[in-house]
Amino acid sequence: MCGIVGLYLKNDKFENSLGELFEPMLISMTDRGPDSAGFAIYGDEVGEGWVKLTLRHPDEDYRWEELSDNLSASLGCEIKWMQNANVVVLKINTNESSARRALAELDSDVLILSAGSSIEILKEVGLPENIASKFNLSGMKGSHIIGHTRMATESAVTMEGSHPFSTGSDLCLVHNGSLSNHNRLRDTLKREGITFETENDSEVAAGYLTWRLNQGDSLKVALENALKDLDGFFTFTIGTKDGFAVMRDPIACKPAVLAETDDYVAMASEYQALVSLPGIENAKVWEPEPATFYVWERK
Amino acid sequence: MSNDTNNNPSLKESATFDRATMAEIRRAANTGIYDIRGFGAKRKVPHFDDLLFLGASMSRYPLEGYRETCNTSVVLGDRFAKKPIKLDIPVTIAGMSFGALSANAKEALGRGASMVGTSTTTGDGGMTPEERGQSSKLVYQYLPSRYGMNPDDLRKADAIEVVLGQGAKPGGGGMLLGQKITDRVAQMRNLPKGIDQRSACRHPDWTGPDDLAIKIQELREITDWEVPIYIKVGATRTYYDVKLAVKAGADVIVVDGMQGGTAATQDVFIEHVGIPTMAAIPQAVQALQEMGMHRKVQLIVSGGIRNGADVAKCMALGADAVAIGTAALVALGCNDPKWDDEFKKIGSAAGYYDDYQEGKDPAGISTQDPELMKRLDPVDAGRRLANYLRVLTLEAQTLARACGKNDLRNLEPEDLVALTVESAAMARVPLAGTSWIPGQKF
Amino acid sequence: MMTVDLAAQSVRDLNKALHECKENITEKEWVVTNPKGNHNIAVGLDAEISVDIHGHAGYFCAGMNKTANVTVHGNVGQGVAENMMSGVVRVKGDASQAAGATAQGGLLVIEGNAGARCGISMKGVDIVVKGSIGHMSCFMGQSGSLVVCGDAGEALGDSLYEVHIYVKGSVKSLGADCIEKDMRSEHIAELKGLLEKAGVDENPLDFKRYGSARQLYTFKVDNASAY
Repeated sequence: MCGIVGLYLKNDKFENSLGELFEPMLISMTDRGPDSAGFAIYGDEVGEGWVKLTLRHPDEDYRWEELSDNLSASLGCEIKWMQNANVVVLKINTNESSARRALAELDSDVLILSAGSSIEILKEVGLPENIASKFNLSGMKGSHIIGHTRMATESAVTMEGSHPFSTGSDLCLVHNGSLSNHNRLRDTLKREGITFETENDSEVAAGYLTWRLNQGDSLKVALENALKDLDGFFTFTIGTKDGFAVMRDPIACKPAVLAETDDYVAMASEYQALVSLPGIENAKVWEPEPATFYVWERK
Repeated sequence: MSNDTNNNPSLKESATFDRATMAEIRRAANTGIYDIRGFGAKRKVPHFDDLLFLGASMSRYPLEGYRETCNTSVVLGDRFAKKPIKLDIPVTIAGMSFGALSANAKEALGRGASMVGTSTTTGDGGMTPEERGQSSKLVYQYLPSRYGMNPDDLRKADAIEVVLGQGAKPGGGGMLLGQKITDRVAQMRNLPKGIDQRSACRHPDWTGPDDLAIKIQELREITDWEVPIYIKVGATRTYYDVKLAVKAGADVIVVDGMQGGTAATQDVFIEHVGIPTMAAIPQAVQALQEMGMHRKVQLIVSGGIRNGADVAKCMALGADAVAIGTAALVALGCNDPKWDDEFKKIGSAAGYYDDYQEGKDPAGISTQDPELMKRLDPVDAGRRLANYLRVLTLEAQTLARACGKNDLRNLEPEDLVALTVESAAMARVPLAGTSWIPGQKF
Repeated sequence: MMTVDLAAQSVRDLNKALHECKENITEKEWVVTNPKGNHNIAVGLDAEISVDIHGHAGYFCAGMNKTANVTVHGNVGQGVAENMMSGVVRVKGDASQAAGATAQGGLLVIEGNAGARCGISMKGVDIVVKGSIGHMSCFMGQSGSLVVCGDAGEALGDSLYEVHIYVKGSVKSLGADCIEKDMRSEHIAELKGLLEKAGVDENPLDFKRYGSARQLYTFKVDNASAY
């Protein structure tokens, strides 16, 4: 039970102020989700042959430089890294699976929040305004961003249980609602080799999409299958490398509103999250239909 | 059994397919519809009878009965409301609708509750002037169907109870069959007379705790933040539901266990959904404690409360008050043996009658028939209810004093032990004579 | 005319001031600026006043309205005019889901589109939508009228009681127990009156009428699959 916000820029006009435009959107959803918050931002893309990981470690004083050096030595490749609060973004001149394997060997306690060429996922327990400030959201640049504020229903309030959930390379998912068949589905997905960190229903939705995409589904087909296999109530927003997608369940009780101008597409659980956007007065504003998905991607 | 026609000891009845089970299969085969009835769960579930108090003796000192005071009053809803409710006794009357009950029965509930300084509650179908007039403290239920929902009545209420579910049917809607939709009931509910009324299971304009938070704000705005807002849930995933009710902004949370009654719902719902009241309380209290909200957001529990011992046990487990429904109806005269001949005429018997949905209650309580209704004198019945409420309170005080408490709310789980492993695990108190609480370290 | 700027004052202040008009109308015309999608604006009114909201409103705008005339010059969130008793609520833009839910009287006009569940469980209100309405609209509608000048989404009028539904455009699908019915002269007259009252210029003869088949009013075993 939560608030969802997303902002996707159709051109580069607002790229330098993406975080600044997005911060009030996230904070306005505090009442819907006071327990934890997070966002996935896309930008600062790495080149061909590189992979970008967002990592954190349970130890707040973890020695990232040492890890980076060891990783570089073990992979025999160049690594760039930057730290943002207790999260680190590594850019590694190798492919994702090699990087994951090497990391697991060096320190299995390191948590990979996201992987891809553009995505960074930052999330934390606490009020949205504190999380935005902790990660300096307002100073961030990029092409698109989706965020989430969480009111925990059944699973614990932890960083791991916060959204967005990574669902694959440059993919993530945020969810508002409550799934009703996630426990059996989680068991099935575990047998298929998908791993889960929490008892969270939304993580199962994320794991489901990961599994479908691994099976070779396109995002569109994966979402069509999700409509058949997920029971309960949901509004999903899915971040992709080039844009985002929005989908509601067939009953469509959980709110969603979309706004589009020449410069951006914005999504939110409530209209009030959109009021601070430039030109919102003249934007096309509408609600997504049930069991229908909407995709925006940069060509 | 009274209907046992078998005197041959060599015939053995199946425990799985006993006569009641077979009768139900035949009934279903004949009619093609599930069994609908009133009353709460009839199956045996772990209950407060399986708990005992540890009275004081040497290590603790008891209070003198009738001389040394033992407070019974409780304030409900002081988290946000300007006008919280003060109850003289911690036993309130649960929501029961006009429609399910006769106007006389509703009036009697109001009279009885007011005499002893406690509150009564409307139900699915709106507020009647008789009820408002006779109730000094009236809680207005806000239900999915919104039958009879009126902002004028909302502003007349002393508290508002947002109903998400009830113990008899968590997750289900209500129903009122055609026989009870008289002109007055139909008019109050904007329905054609005589049809089967179906009530929704979800509220029409919000779903989930995030949207409920906004709905609660609306109710507060409309009533200028004066009266407390309760949230009522049927006991199922109580730990989570209570946490979410607090997050959504409730002043008071009402948890109704599976023994809680109903006017009419599917038998399969009554008997197979929800958890016993005793198991729900520790979950609710744990949730409140973890949020630092125990005693700040008050907890009312209901479902199968019958005597002062039940009241005291609920309080010891951490409730701030209890609510009674079925027991209150019995106090008014529901299932009274003096109507036994009449119960038999409609295929039931005094003590067994649960076809509230048919509207033929010989005791004149769960009916809209004007002739039957006359059998219940609201003044006399109200007095009986007041007497009964006084007994509940005196009994609870007796037990609390014996445990050395000058306030009912000072009873603690540590004053209790359990007779069975099941009740020890559910109530989270030790098995009598041991320090063993199943499922916990010791 | 009294202007309340929600950038400077709270919704609580606004509602309090509007509620005070019940006892003593100090000002008949109210203007609300900077609503910015805030929830519960102008709820629980009970006075012969008019309130003009300039901008978009959030959930439950004009909820439980009595007597008052509320106009939103923008869009509204969920449950606009929910449980309205009387008066007029007019939305110049679009309405989110559950517009006019359980409303018992008065007139709700939505000049744009309405989302899902428009008129859910309505109990006597008249709703006129110039645009289209979403799925499950008029679910369990009990009484009153719903007029739709555009199209209706899936499962229109599911489990309907006695609401009169008039739709000019297409209906994606009808819900259980909802059927198309003849437009008799009294219905044309009723619709004409509703359109006039709402200030909508449409020809009543272009509409089709839908109502309850009344097959689910009392349980019949042969209908079990419809439950």
